[in-house]
Amino acid sequence: MNKITEIADESGDKYKYGFVTEIEADTVPKGLNADIIRLISAKKGEPEWLLDWRLKAFEFWQTMKEPSWAKLSYDRIDYQDLCYYSAPKQKVAPKSLDEVDKSLLETYDKLGIPLKEQEVLAGVVAVDAVFDSVSVATTYRAKLAEKGVIFCSISEAVREHPELVRRYLGSVVPYTDNFFACLNSAVFTDGSFVYIPKGVRCPMELSTYFRINAKNTGQFERTLIIADDKSYVSYLEGCTAPQRDENQLHAAIVEIVVLKDAEVKYSTVQNWYPGDKDGKGGVYNFVTKRAACRGDNSKISWTQVETGSAVTWKYPSCVLQGDNSVGEFYSVAITNNRQQADTGTKMIHIGRNTSSKIVSKGISAGFSNQTYRGLVKVSPGARNARNYSQCDSLLIGSNCGSHTVPYIENRNKTAKIEHEATTSKISDEQLFYCQSRGIGEEEAVSLIVNGFCKEVMQHLPMEFAIEAVKLINISLEGSVG
Amino acid sequence: MTTPLLEIEDLYARVCDKEIVKGFNLTINEGEVHAVMGPNGAGKSTLSNILCGKPGYEVTSGSVRFKGKDLLAMSPEERAREGIFLAMQYPVEIPGVPVTTFLKHAVNAIRKHRGEPELDTMDFVKMVREEGRRFRLDAEMIKRPVNVGFSGGEKKRLEALQMAVLKPDFAILDEADSGLDIDALKVVADGVGALRDGKRSMLIITHFQRLLDHIVPDFVHVYADGRIVKSGGRELAAELEEKGYAEFERAK
Repeated sequence: MNKITEIADESGDKYKYGFVTEIEADTVPKGLNADIIRLISAKKGEPEWLLDWRLKAFEFWQTMKEPSWAKLSYDRIDYQDLCYYSAPKQKVAPKSLDEVDKSLLETYDKLGIPLKEQEVLAGVVAVDAVFDSVSVATTYRAKLAEKGVIFCSISEAVREHPELVRRYLGSVVPYTDNFFACLNSAVFTDGSFVYIPKGVRCPMELSTYFRINAKNTGQFERTLIIADDKSYVSYLEGCTAPQRDENQLHAAIVEIVVLKDAEVKYSTVQNWYPGDKDGKGGVYNFVTKRAACRGDNSKISWTQVETGSAVTWKYPSCVLQGDNSVGEFYSVAITNNRQQADTGTKMIHIGRNTSSKIVSKGISAGFSNQTYRGLVKVSPGARNARNYSQCDSLLIGSNCGSHTVPYIENRNKTAKIEHEATTSKISDEQLFYCQSRGIGEEEAVSLIVNGFCKEVMQHLPMEFAIEAVKLINISLEGSVG
Repeated sequence: MTTPLLEIEDLYARVCDKEIVKGFNLTINEGEVHAVMGPNGAGKSTLSNILCGKPGYEVTSGSVRFKGKDLLAMSPEERAREGIFLAMQYPVEIPGVPVTTFLKHAVNAIRKHRGEPELDTMDFVKMVREEGRRFRLDAEMIKRPVNVGFSGGEKKRLEALQMAVLKPDFAILDEADSGLDIDALKVVADGVGALRDGKRSMLIITHFQRLLDHIVPDFVHVYADGRIVKSGGRELAAELEEKGYAEFERAK
């Protein structure tokens, strides 16, 4: 343990970038090897089985190659130049917000996260705030506990509910799944854990805010949500990152297990730092999100608003195993300047009478490039599967790109699969029409864009929708004229 | 006592190197309603587009002053905020944007320009609904996206509704009657006529006389080959209807 303390003291660096909070970070040295993984695991006081799992993942990862099929180009990531663990130093775990480091709370304030007000607005949203890698504040636990809902950091879940974690961790996204998921499995530091017991309708919307803070620390969150029979939960994920010069790697995993007659609604507003006008800086966002509808009549609904990151690689997917299970994917992706996004979904139909719906709205502006990439797969046993896909692209200006790559693999004759796609530009006629009514050009663009996205935005919870509309406007600033 | 609102002097303009407006002169005073009539293809819509600042038109010489200010130096939205409104011949669709939302943005942009506070949403929606009734556009219609799935007549009625809500000092009605049946024509004409308050001015661009039977103009101008070839009172419209435009085109 002495060694760990030493290392931490050495690297308690002083921050000099914009927003970065001056908290002594407990950081592990750069680089990735089995010892680093053992160190992370030891710091977190993990059980043997989890360390073994991490090490197996790491071993497998070393045999894998970074995928290159996406329509993305970015500087090669040097995985040995990254730091894989950073936690704000706290002497004792805080019991309430009062005990949380003041400067940390100030940072949240700057980002507009009303953590303090959250307590006042009791019963609206529960926040499991993740600062860098370790959860520092968890609210509304008591109210949730009453219903038997478990909402905590995944590290805590490993300690308090090992049987649940052990049973479900990696069961939807195995570590062998893909390069980034495998890396996450080896080094994930923290994230959220949710368990909704049988027959319980979660009394509030659950939400987390993520933020990358420590310099050169990749973020490897891992979220695991389990909705037991006949339960329901709506989960919100939103994230902001401060401005910085270096590219930051973000490789998260979200795994969702939906059991019989249960329903999960997962909403994301993603606005990681997108880099400057020339594409300098910005977050690399390689995320694996997948839900398994294991039980009959189960339902998963993904809604995402993606406005941030320099590079986005993300395909929230639905594995429809249970009969009559339903998967939905509603997405708005906005890219501006030099942003690149390759995003979409996978709908895997396995059970009978399964249905899926995809509504994807892509908006490209500036010199950005965007690809919708989606898979609809119907297995031989999936009788009467239904899918409807709609992919619309909107271009602003003439220097951006938009691409649609839908894959359809059908192995059952009874399947009905529909795909519609459109590509359009904001027309001069539309702009003039708005302007002739007194509406300025930028406002007109945002009005038209919001209209274009409306079908997706309607699926966001109210308070999230308001934030998302603001974000869309911010993201498109300077895209006209 | 007449106060000039709009003064167009010796205006020349072209589109794609083709001269379309050739020495146009017109002064409209406060409270006056003028009609510009002319054959199809005479460039009547060009005139309204130039006045509202639509991109793609090049003014080569001449001047336009609105309330004494240089109109041509203003952006389209500035012109609207100064009090110009164009009821378009072919209104465009804006998918996903409800009529009320669209109009609220417009009204607030204009109010902000005048230094007035934003309107309360509830009051505003109530007001739009009331105006909607006047133009036979029910509450369902005004919740729908702007012009999406509207019939030709409904689009024209929506243009008139927007005019009633935005209350411009000067309104241009570009072929406001095309595509309207007799009943709808009356609805639009009555609604627009009610906005004639002795202060507000209008420029009605039309091919036919029938709209002018309902909104009786103070002055009628015959427009041909890029300029006004004859001006007169309301009786000129009837004369045109009888004789057609051929005579004026020959006269130029």
